[in-house]
Amino acid sequence: MNTSSINWFRFASPASFFPLARRLVPWFGIPAALLAVGGLYLGLVVAPTDAQQGDAYRIIFLHVPAAWMSMFIYVVMAFWSVITLMFNARLAAMMVQSLAPTGALFTFLALWTGSLWGRPAWGTYWAWDARMTSELILLFLYFGYLALRGAIVDSRRADRASAVLVLVGVINVPIIYFSVRWWNTLHQGASVSLTSAPKMAAVMLSAMLIVALAAWLYSIAISLARVQAIILERERGTGWAEALAGAVR
Amino acid sequence: MSLADFFSMGGYGFYVWGAYLVTAVAIVMEVVAVRARLKNARHFADSGQEAQ
Amino acid sequence: MTEATLQPPLADDSAWRGVAWALARDLKLALRSRAELGVQLLFYVIVVTLFPLGIGPEPGPLRTVGPGVLWVAALLASLLALPRLFSVDFADGTLEQIALSPYPLAAIVSGKILAHWLATGAPLVVLSPLLALQFGLDGREMTVLAVGLLIGTPTLSLLGAIGAALTLGVRAGGALLALLILPLYVPVLIFGAGAVESLRAGLAPGGELSILAAALLVSIVGAPFACATAVRIALD
Repeated sequence: MNTSSINWFRFASPASFFPLARRLVPWFGIPAALLAVGGLYLGLVVAPTDAQQGDAYRIIFLHVPAAWMSMFIYVVMAFWSVITLMFNARLAAMMVQSLAPTGALFTFLALWTGSLWGRPAWGTYWAWDARMTSELILLFLYFGYLALRGAIVDSRRADRASAVLVLVGVINVPIIYFSVRWWNTLHQGASVSLTSAPKMAAVMLSAMLIVALAAWLYSIAISLARVQAIILERERGTGWAEALAGAVR
Repeated sequence: MSLADFFSMGGYGFYVWGAYLVTAVAIVMEVVAVRARLKNARHFADSGQEAQ
Repeated sequence: MTEATLQPPLADDSAWRGVAWALARDLKLALRSRAELGVQLLFYVIVVTLFPLGIGPEPGPLRTVGPGVLWVAALLASLLALPRLFSVDFADGTLEQIALSPYPLAAIVSGKILAHWLATGAPLVVLSPLLALQFGLDGREMTVLAVGLLIGTPTLSLLGAIGAALTLGVRAGGALLALLILPLYVPVLIFGAGAVESLRAGLAPGGELSILAAALLVSIVGAPFACATAVRIALD
């Protein structure tokens, strides 16, 4: 092995990844907080009122980043699921485990903020439009993962079974979205397009992207923190786990 | 924008702040929960017992 | 131990023979518990009948919801029969022996799924025109509905089998299976019921039915392997 290149496989075991995760959390968490404050200030204070939707449109600075993250996290879970099955890697499965609750949370927030945006903008808390309906089904996919993990007692079996589930799910997400969009256009009368966002002034777009970046950094920070807990929970009883836990004090 | 305008959000205060507040609460709850889980896991890994 | 042939003849290990062996065995077993099959079919009928009781006897609304109701009931009926696809063999150790046989596990799984569909999905297709009468569907709508179910229910069996394998031996497996699989069923539901809707809108339902057929083909190719993987995971 070329000694000047980093051997990433060094971090492939939970034991060696743990200290790295611990060190990295603030590097993602603090920028996330700062960007969130900055982005929301831009969005809530600096950005002008929208001509059509008034100030209600400001929910977009939460809704769009949340929706993006809900889908992005699921894709990342799928990536780690592939690694889990290909290499039978414990740590990869732990990453999936640590991402899922955050992904589910963002999905819920996307639905919640979308609903509250829908009421003032289009008159209804819930319209069966393609995106919101697909987002709801995505929430069910997250719940399915969490439920399967919770139901299988043997953690190795749970790792691999839930990895298969995530992969089957990720293949189906575009199919589900496509079919729901088709369904929506078929029943034109009932549909309301929640995709018509206000024309974005530069300030608005910047604010949204900054909050989206903050959400991404936050997701990394929180899942690195959660994976530490998962590592300790699953590796308890091993000597290094006790040592690590003790060293952390 | 005055402070009053900020809170009323052009009359849409209920919706905007309903969204922002729930988001803030959710994030805070997640952070608190993860920290508690990590603390719990450290405690029990250290003592070699079953984590709760 | 089940009485049907346990060990496949070891001489040949071709995939098709595996399919045929599993198909024959599971059909034989299914025919022995005819009562169970009857119950599942009855479940479908009862669920369908509940909707008019909940909605009211007005023919207008019933006609509108008819295709959707018949499809949703088909989804639920499919879920009902799925846990038993592997659980009986799993419980008495037969599944492990089957996995060790020279036949490819994906082939065995395909045979089992086919048997499952023949026993539970196919009767549903046959029964659907009769139930469609309850909702006032006319002849053409009934045909499109039945054809859609004919193409769609095997897909439900194929996708559902993956869920059945993932939840093998798990507590409350049936409800968990439903949670895992129903989101995946959504496209089949949308295009199956949508085909009838298209017909009503004056369009040809060929598009939706083609999509259902495509979904079936993709499932036939992909699902047995995913399912076999899940079975091996459960057996390890």
